[in-house]
Amino acid sequence: MSDLVLLLVTGVGLGALYFIAASGLSLIYGLMGVLNFAHGVFMTAGAYAAWLTMGALPDGWPVAARLVVGVLVAVAVGAVVGLVVEVVLIRPLYRHHIQQVLVTVGLSLAGVAAAQGIWGADPRPVERPEWMSGTTDILGARLPNDRFVYLLVAVALFAGLLALLHLTRLGLVIRAGVENRTMVEALGINVHRTFTTVFALGGAAAGLAGVLYSQYAGAVSPAQGGSLLIFAFIVVVIGGMGSLTGTAVAAVVVGLVQQLANYYAASGVGDLSVVLLLALVLLLRPTSLKGAMA
Amino acid sequence: MTESNPSAHESSPAAPVLTLDDVHVRYGGSHILQGVSFDVPATGVTALLGRNGVGKTTTLRSIIGLAPRTGRILLEGREIQDRTTARIVRGGIGYVPEDREVFGGLTVEENLRLVDPDRGVDAPVVARLFPDLVSRRGQRAGTLSGGQQQMVSLARVLLRENVLLLIDEPTKGLAPKLVTEVADVLAEVHRTTPILLVEQNLPLVRRIADRVVVLDAGAVVHRGAAADLVADVDLTRELLGVSMRRQGAA
Amino acid sequence: MTSPTDHLTHTHTSSVTPDGEGEATMTPEAPGEERHGAHRLLRAVPAVVLLAVLAFLPYVPVEVPGILPGRVNGPGSMQLLATCLVIGGIALSYDVFFGRTGLLSFGHALFVAAGSYLLTISLSTWALPLPFAVLVALALSTVLALVVGAVALRVGGIAFAMVTLAFAQAASIIVMRNPGGVTGGEEGRPLDRDAVPDLLVGVANAPYRYWLALCFVVVAWVVVTLLVRSRAGHAMAAVRENEQRASVLGLGTYRVKLLAIVVGSLLGALGGVVHALVLGGSNPHLTTSEFTLSLLVMVVLGGAGSRWGALVGGVLYTYADARLVEVSNAAFLQDLPVVVRQVLSQPLFILGAFFVVVVYFAPSGLTGLGGRLIRRSGSR
Repeated sequence: MSDLVLLLVTGVGLGALYFIAASGLSLIYGLMGVLNFAHGVFMTAGAYAAWLTMGALPDGWPVAARLVVGVLVAVAVGAVVGLVVEVVLIRPLYRHHIQQVLVTVGLSLAGVAAAQGIWGADPRPVERPEWMSGTTDILGARLPNDRFVYLLVAVALFAGLLALLHLTRLGLVIRAGVENRTMVEALGINVHRTFTTVFALGGAAAGLAGVLYSQYAGAVSPAQGGSLLIFAFIVVVIGGMGSLTGTAVAAVVVGLVQQLANYYAASGVGDLSVVLLLALVLLLRPTSLKGAMA
Repeated sequence: MTESNPSAHESSPAAPVLTLDDVHVRYGGSHILQGVSFDVPATGVTALLGRNGVGKTTTLRSIIGLAPRTGRILLEGREIQDRTTARIVRGGIGYVPEDREVFGGLTVEENLRLVDPDRGVDAPVVARLFPDLVSRRGQRAGTLSGGQQQMVSLARVLLRENVLLLIDEPTKGLAPKLVTEVADVLAEVHRTTPILLVEQNLPLVRRIADRVVVLDAGAVVHRGAAADLVADVDLTRELLGVSMRRQGAA
Repeated sequence: MTSPTDHLTHTHTSSVTPDGEGEATMTPEAPGEERHGAHRLLRAVPAVVLLAVLAFLPYVPVEVPGILPGRVNGPGSMQLLATCLVIGGIALSYDVFFGRTGLLSFGHALFVAAGSYLLTISLSTWALPLPFAVLVALALSTVLALVVGAVALRVGGIAFAMVTLAFAQAASIIVMRNPGGVTGGEEGRPLDRDAVPDLLVGVANAPYRYWLALCFVVVAWVVVTLLVRSRAGHAMAAVRENEQRASVLGLGTYRVKLLAIVVGSLLGALGGVVHALVLGGSNPHLTTSEFTLSLLVMVVLGGAGSRWGALVGGVLYTYADARLVEVSNAAFLQDLPVVVRQVLSQPLFILGAFFVVVVYFAPSGLTGLGGRLIRRSGSR
């Protein structure tokens, strides 16, 4: 029983990380049709920005305070990187989706290589607040505290994005654009401005995901963003390519499946079962991949 | 090219609201518009006719920049072919696409607020022309009937001040009663705003159109008064491949 | 309106249209067949001459300082050139997906790795003789391609890319986990030296491995040429240009795409087999998504949808990746700030950045650009 509780909580916590990583991808894909391979670089940028910030802040500050500042910087860096990439690299290739993907592929290769050149390929340890490294006893299970943080952040992000989509003018344009970008333009609305905003938003979410993932892993490394990205892709596909609620559900399912399979089958089976889950979803419901924003 | 009753042109001496000058559209290896030129006068309804696949929809799309085109397009004398679609539309061209293209996942209200963030369904024009939509404001547009969707599509364009409306087959697939309703709306609207109308329903054309422009194989083959064309059974059959008798009345 | 995934079919075709080669004509040419035949022979001359020169390289004892490590026929140069050729051939196999059929796959590494690992495993774990091991590797890879292709083709466009990526990633995980000790985990699996002919083993025999790599390139080239000129090849081009129109024309687009996947994967697996023989084992790097992405980069760099493009892209990329490290030691860089030097010391940074530039300014790739320049100067 306590094992199961532990697995469920760690699984949902992992799912929360996947959601944070996938939400930006899903928004960008849903609205613009751009598969953003550079999302991993955005995450890496966020992780390193937070790591550098935490290192630069005075040692006298508590780790938690430095982490909060680090998160804010990471989110800002992610947003700026997203904004610049959209304006400089993506926008000139509007309507050329393959070229847009190719550019983000080039960016992901160059970005990881640049980080490797500057900070080396080896993981660098990050400081974790003491409380996040601890555990809490619930129902006889010793649950790692950091998972609750990820879950809380993910729920807040999900609620915030839903509110944005349903309560604001920007959200209305995004939802309409996900259904039919061309018609939004044909109604006299400047979709490009929305694209830029959404890319910056996605970059900010990626920056956040990057920091939290480095906290989860206990280190920053250049390839970290890329490995999280692959699971984020899977989550986006299972979730229905561009549906925010679908992405949230898929993220939790993927996190749970991975943890449960790793525990009850064998270590490493979790990753495989996630891919099998993807194949299963494709075989059973290929039409669910059309995408709508909800 | 045939040109019946040139006086139809002279009857609108004012400068045209829209001019197409040698517009070409090439898409995926096919040359869809091959030098289309015509004027849309600043009053009344100009019907753009032709058989299926001659480029009527492409002509409308090229005007607002949804189709990649070359040539000159002038709105009230100013060249607009280099502007983005959104800017052209904000410059006063309302576009009602074929197949309505309402946002099915959005409510009626949201569909309208997209264009007019402040008033949406509460705009006077909606109450006046589309009273049905007011009571359905919270309904998802995707669950509306075809006729209701057409009303949403028309209403959201009319929320803006337009100098010209491009309307593509508004009665396509509608029951006769709804065709009449749409025709009533168009008849009301064209008193204040000129319309370039693509329409297959010839009785409707006869009812509301003043002039016709006929396309064939991506080029203009006929211009003239609407009444003259629909009165001439042979010419109608030659240009459009249909006859009035077979079509029935609106 | 179109759904997001449909936009793949409306892309900028210039990047995937053969440019400057005059091959891959969409419609079968009927008149002037004889003259065309002679023309074709004439066109083949540069390729044949190049092949002859390449085949002769192991007899060239010249040093090319800065370009190659040591003598041209020295083991270092031979090994480098052999690797370049193998990767060039694998890029050619990837182009069957991407450039020819318009399928954006992020999982080609799966098939290359399958060929490589199945060979090393059949040779050592299953103790099969080399010919059987090669057959087993190719046969199992083909089955794998059929299964993965059948599942992945249930979605189109960008989703297809993601699904193929996921499958390749699964394979990568399996290889890294080293189940039953057959894949060797991070270390990879060395080639069983006793199971392969002596000619392919040892430093002194590098020229033989080079010729083997050259043979693979020739095979890949011929297969792709035959495929492109066949009816199936025309159908692939039709699918690439406009899938909806192709399906209206009555082409079974699913079968056409599956065929492209199987042929491309089979060639990729053969490339994996040769890669294992040339490099003396299977390396887990072959399974990673970076490897697939680099194949995509090679094909686009060289010119998608063109044999020269894919091959040249693959060879140049591999060469640059191996030799660009020298750039960071170049004298003109020593005055730059440390950070810039550190970044430039990474070949992948230079290649990635260069790739972005090519996507923007030379969408038909380097060979397309070259072809355009040649034609322009010729017409003057």
